[in-house]
Amino acid sequence: MSQFLVILIDGMNYSAWLFLSAVGLTLIYGVMKILNVAHGSFYSLGAYVAASVMGYWFANDYPPYWSFVALAISAFVAGFIVGPLLERFMLRPQYDKDEVVILLITYGLFLILEDVIKMIWGVDPYFVSEPYELLDMFEVGDMIYPRYYLLMVGLAVTVGLGLLFLLKKTKFGRLLVAVIHDREISAAMGVNVGLVFAITFGLGCSLAALAGGFTAPTISVSPGLGVEVIVLSFAVVVTGGLGSLPGVALASIFMGLLRSVCVHFAPQFELFVIFTVMAMVLTFRPRGLFSLAEARKI
Amino acid sequence: MSADKTVIRFAGFLLALLLCASFIPQWGLFMLTIVLANGLVVLGCLLFLRAGLVSFGQALYFCFGAYTTGLAANFLNVTDVFLLLLMSAVTSGIMAWLLGVLLSKYRAIFFGLLSMAFSMILYGLLAKTESLGSTDGFNVPAVTILGYEPSSESVRVSILAVAALLALLAVSFGQAFLKSPMGLLLTAIRDNEIRVEYMGASAQKTIHTIYVIGGVFAGLAGSIVAVSVGHIDPTMAVWTTSGEFVFITIMGGIGSVIAPFLGALAFGIIHTVAFSESPNTWQLVLGTALIGIIYILPDGLWSLLSRLRGDKK
Repeated sequence: MSQFLVILIDGMNYSAWLFLSAVGLTLIYGVMKILNVAHGSFYSLGAYVAASVMGYWFANDYPPYWSFVALAISAFVAGFIVGPLLERFMLRPQYDKDEVVILLITYGLFLILEDVIKMIWGVDPYFVSEPYELLDMFEVGDMIYPRYYLLMVGLAVTVGLGLLFLLKKTKFGRLLVAVIHDREISAAMGVNVGLVFAITFGLGCSLAALAGGFTAPTISVSPGLGVEVIVLSFAVVVTGGLGSLPGVALASIFMGLLRSVCVHFAPQFELFVIFTVMAMVLTFRPRGLFSLAEARKI
Repeated sequence: MSADKTVIRFAGFLLALLLCASFIPQWGLFMLTIVLANGLVVLGCLLFLRAGLVSFGQALYFCFGAYTTGLAANFLNVTDVFLLLLMSAVTSGIMAWLLGVLLSKYRAIFFGLLSMAFSMILYGLLAKTESLGSTDGFNVPAVTILGYEPSSESVRVSILAVAALLALLAVSFGQAFLKSPMGLLLTAIRDNEIRVEYMGASAQKTIHTIYVIGGVFAGLAGSIVAVSVGHIDPTMAVWTTSGEFVFITIMGGIGSVIAPFLGALAFGIIHTVAFSESPNTWQLVLGTALIGIIYILPDGLWSLLSRLRGDKK
């Protein structure tokens, strides 16, 4: 029983991380049909910005609990500044080309951003565990867990519900849905599609940065951080069905729990269990768990 | 017969290269071998891209070929390089055929990502297999060429010659394939698959075929690299390796079967120069080059060459 609980708690923590890392990717794809390879770079960007801000925050003895707010805001803002700029100047001029060309540009941006981050922050790792230590531990049975786990799960749930609210209840959400369904008709109806794209891309990148920012206190922030995040996010998003919010939620929960089971019972599978799940899901549901039928072009 | 002209020019270029080999330093010979191997993988990617597909998983066969060679050389005591190449080609081909059954049903991003997933699975398997050295990999012993045992001075040039021969065969095959009815279908599949089906041709079968060809080419390249470097490790299967192949495909363009080798040469030069000049920013240089090519020369370096020659198209 206790082992079951251990797996569940570990799994939920990993699921929350997967969801936060991947949700921005699916948002961008859903609206813009762009698979953003640079997604992982925004994750690193968020982590580094968070590391710098946290270092400054605690060096100056600002109120420690407000550090979480600072963390969230700084990571989010970093993503929202860099993302739309790249979208406007690097991607938009090529929108008339193939999906594949855009994919390759984002791959080029990934290569560039990796090194730009190294140029700004250097190659030495950063450690900012203060927010992590601040939250202390909680006990489940005879096991002790960091409260930070709860924070990650809470954050994932908040982001998920927030996005749902944004899509279903706000004017911008309605516009997004309209653009998702038909870009050209939306534009004809007077929707500023360019602005919607810029905001969506910014939001997607900010979510990746947010995931990186909140992961920063639990790891050593070092170069190459984003490389793994990209492929894991791809796997989660494709399994869930590209562009589907419930899909990415379900896929992260499933993969998080399954990985946790693997870590406990068969650690040698840990590294590739997620990709195996992806391959199996795609074998039976070629477009992922939740996917819309696409019109054939003749 | 422009078909033969392309191949003959390539053959002439390779021959000239080998004749000049004694003037090229050892590291240059090594780099050229890698260039030819990369070009070989990218020749497969060229076929994919002609059909509108981008694979982020060619590293799978690259690594699979390398490990086949490494295992055969270490445990079966096979030393002949052609035998090793043959074994790698066969195992990679079988692997590509098996995965192709599934992958040939997928298009666009799903094709790219699913192939990436398979290559990451191989990476995970190899990285966790301690008997094969986990993430450290293992060494590949020296090889013989049809009974001839190259000395340590002549080993680089001998392997380059083997790679050149292989590249030439692959280019002739690629050229013949692109002129064949199936090769001509590739562009049609990219433009409109449903029309291809109405014509009575099978898009799936065509894609399965090029997938196997691409797998065999990548397996051969992996084998060459294993023999040439003398060491293999699982990072050969990581998605960033596949990314490099995609990079070269775009760099060279898909206008000709020689374009991949041109792209690979450019990639090799940029990589070597950028890496030695500024080891921390070489990715920046590569990324800028990639985006620059997409913006300025959307058809790759090859289009520059054909424009210079005044080809009208």
